[in-house]
Amino acid sequence: MGHESAFSIPAGRKIAQTLIAYVEDQPGTLNRIVSLFRRRGFNIESLTVGRTERDGVSRITVVVRADDDTAHRLEANLYKLVNVLSVEDVTHTPSVTREMAFVKVRAAPDRRAELLQLVQTFRARVVDLGPESVIVETTGTQEKLDGLIEILRPFGIIELVRTGAVAMLRGPGNGAQAEASESDDGVAA
Amino acid sequence: MSSQPAAVQQTRSPQADTAQKTGAQIVWEVLVREGVEVVFGYPGGAIMPAYDAMPAYPIRHVLVRHEQGAAHMADGYARASGKVGVAIATSGPGATNLVTGIATAMMDSSPIVCITGQVPSSALGSDAFQETDITGITLPITKHNYLVTRAEDVAPALHEAFFIARSGRPGPVLVDITKDAQQGLARLDARLPSRPAKHRPVPRPTSEAIARAALLIDAAERPLIFAGQGVIASGASALVREFAEKTGIPVTSTLLGLGGFPASHPLSLGMMGMHGEAWVNASIQESDLLIALGMRFDDRVTGKLATYAVHAKKIHAEIDPSEINKNVRVDVALPGDVRSTLEALVPAVQPRTRKDWLERIGALRGEAGRRDVQSMPSGGKLLAPHVLHDLWRLTEGKALVVTDVGQHQMWEAQYYKHDRPRSLITSGGLGTMGFALPAAMGARFARPNDEIWVVAGDGGFQMTAAELTTCAQEGLKVNIAIINNGYLGMVRQWQEFFYNRRYVATPLRSPDFVLLAQAHGLTGLRVTRREEIPDAVARARAEPGTVVVEFRVEQEDSVYPMVPANTDLRDMIRRPAFAEEDD
Repeated sequence: MGHESAFSIPAGRKIAQTLIAYVEDQPGTLNRIVSLFRRRGFNIESLTVGRTERDGVSRITVVVRADDDTAHRLEANLYKLVNVLSVEDVTHTPSVTREMAFVKVRAAPDRRAELLQLVQTFRARVVDLGPESVIVETTGTQEKLDGLIEILRPFGIIELVRTGAVAMLRGPGNGAQAEASESDDGVAA
Repeated sequence: MSSQPAAVQQTRSPQADTAQKTGAQIVWEVLVREGVEVVFGYPGGAIMPAYDAMPAYPIRHVLVRHEQGAAHMADGYARASGKVGVAIATSGPGATNLVTGIATAMMDSSPIVCITGQVPSSALGSDAFQETDITGITLPITKHNYLVTRAEDVAPALHEAFFIARSGRPGPVLVDITKDAQQGLARLDARLPSRPAKHRPVPRPTSEAIARAALLIDAAERPLIFAGQGVIASGASALVREFAEKTGIPVTSTLLGLGGFPASHPLSLGMMGMHGEAWVNASIQESDLLIALGMRFDDRVTGKLATYAVHAKKIHAEIDPSEINKNVRVDVALPGDVRSTLEALVPAVQPRTRKDWLERIGALRGEAGRRDVQSMPSGGKLLAPHVLHDLWRLTEGKALVVTDVGQHQMWEAQYYKHDRPRSLITSGGLGTMGFALPAAMGARFARPNDEIWVVAGDGGFQMTAAELTTCAQEGLKVNIAIINNGYLGMVRQWQEFFYNRRYVATPLRSPDFVLLAQAHGLTGLRVTRREEIPDAVARARAEPGTVVVEFRVEQEDSVYPMVPANTDLRDMIRRPAFAEEDD
């Protein structure tokens, strides 16, 4: 997704950067955010949106593959959107990140036992059982999902959907508290 | 909110009704509260309720000839005053005609509010007559925009729009108001909202960052101060001067930063970048510390990034943190308003002089000065750089100059020396031809007593020349210098340098500008020789109305020096005649 960025600073090491944004739940907000990614050439790996503990506030978790400078700039650009209430880069902060996937796999009767055993090993669940296929549901880190998908691939993947990651800071803190600490912006190299 | 029938009854009582206003009235109420004196616009179906309500309010309306002109006028007003400029247009084509002006304001961080009419909310999304998704269209070229579909939302949206336009890094905000929202009734809160809930604090540099910056500054032997538009926008000119004088550091300006530091100051070096002074670009490449104040390392400033100021550490004071580490990696980031950053930084640095460095720059300057076209006899030709130099001399450098985009813009930047902030208005980031005339007309309302000169090329002038009629109708006084070389000169120059002199689509025929002025009931003058300049300028200054002065200049002159796009700042193309003379 997106084109090669025009930014000319030699890129540092690209890693999966996870940002959480609290945004106003208003028509067009998601459009503004996606438009920003498109316009500035940020490469989205995943983006999830959902409700939060606060009425009228949605939470966006976005994962981009980028170096730290780019992630800082993305954070600063997100923060310029008026509907964005706060942004927290949790990449280097203790946090929990999970993603969910459905995988529809071919499951002829003779291989079904083998398949179910693998699913169990990965602590995934079968949520639909048909004569020729099963749907496996799994939740975990990106790495765990990647692993399960690779294991299932030889059976024949008919259909695959991943939700994209959601993240939450560990401990008593709240992602929305980024608002308060904004004045000491951490842009300094 | 109460669902009691009694409460409903109460809001419908005659007394309550008189306290209600239409959305259209609320538009003007809010503009008056925000201190708006003038709006630039063009009526049409979807904005008619707002226009119908307008005469009851003490706001002047300027009827433009094209909505692009309205946006540029609002922009010119904003840049000349530091206040928010306002443009108003109808839905559909009225709104889309604003787009170039909005993008211009966005790129140059100019605070404007554009109000557009929209089809009734019941028709939204139905491809109704003159419906266009203007909030969608302007999403990437506004700081923010609003679609207002209810009368009660008009005031909060408009107040927020003004707040957003002028706060932080300023910029354009568009408020699209459906016809039924203009016609509907709502109660107008008597109190001005203090600030929107979404207000966010301007960042501030940490004291630790200030201390690190001060250490770098104290230790630098060959430092330069870069004055960008942020110096002007934050009102930091006096502090920059104090900073430069205390530290003995010379100052160079971006195009939009010109005037932020006096050109006549001994520490002023002039403009940097593609058409910057040769000694400035050479100094940047020799510098060991760049202190960038309110600028964004645009590609026209840096040239090839890989070889840009490689010996220099960089300190970047900038209100928009997303600009920091965008094009150039910095050593110390000072996110924040330039003025408050300097208030912290100036006391933290040591006073000192930098004699060797200034002597080195002086030597570079002396060498370049001999190549300057001003040292060259005109040989009977009328050269555009001479026109700009003479205009500066004859107006004693005190005019507000509004330039268009192209060669004349660069010659103005080189030869009209700006000593005061907000004395040059130009489209830098977007490079919008046709900007100058309408922007100058807007500036006229902000600066009723200042001498204003439009400097435009023959190409750009024709893009918005229709606004001459507006000048005549509104009785506005601006002086217009058309630098006519019969070409789209800057493109022709690139064709000369980089496309083997194939002048494709750049020779340009113009109307008789003297007759054109007269056709509008204005005065037109023509200058073909340098000796005629003083008389023409004097006549233009003396006329009460707008005067068009056409300068028929040498057709194939080029702007020197020039750093070709994306090359090392040292690789400048120099004025050839002078290179030969010197050798």
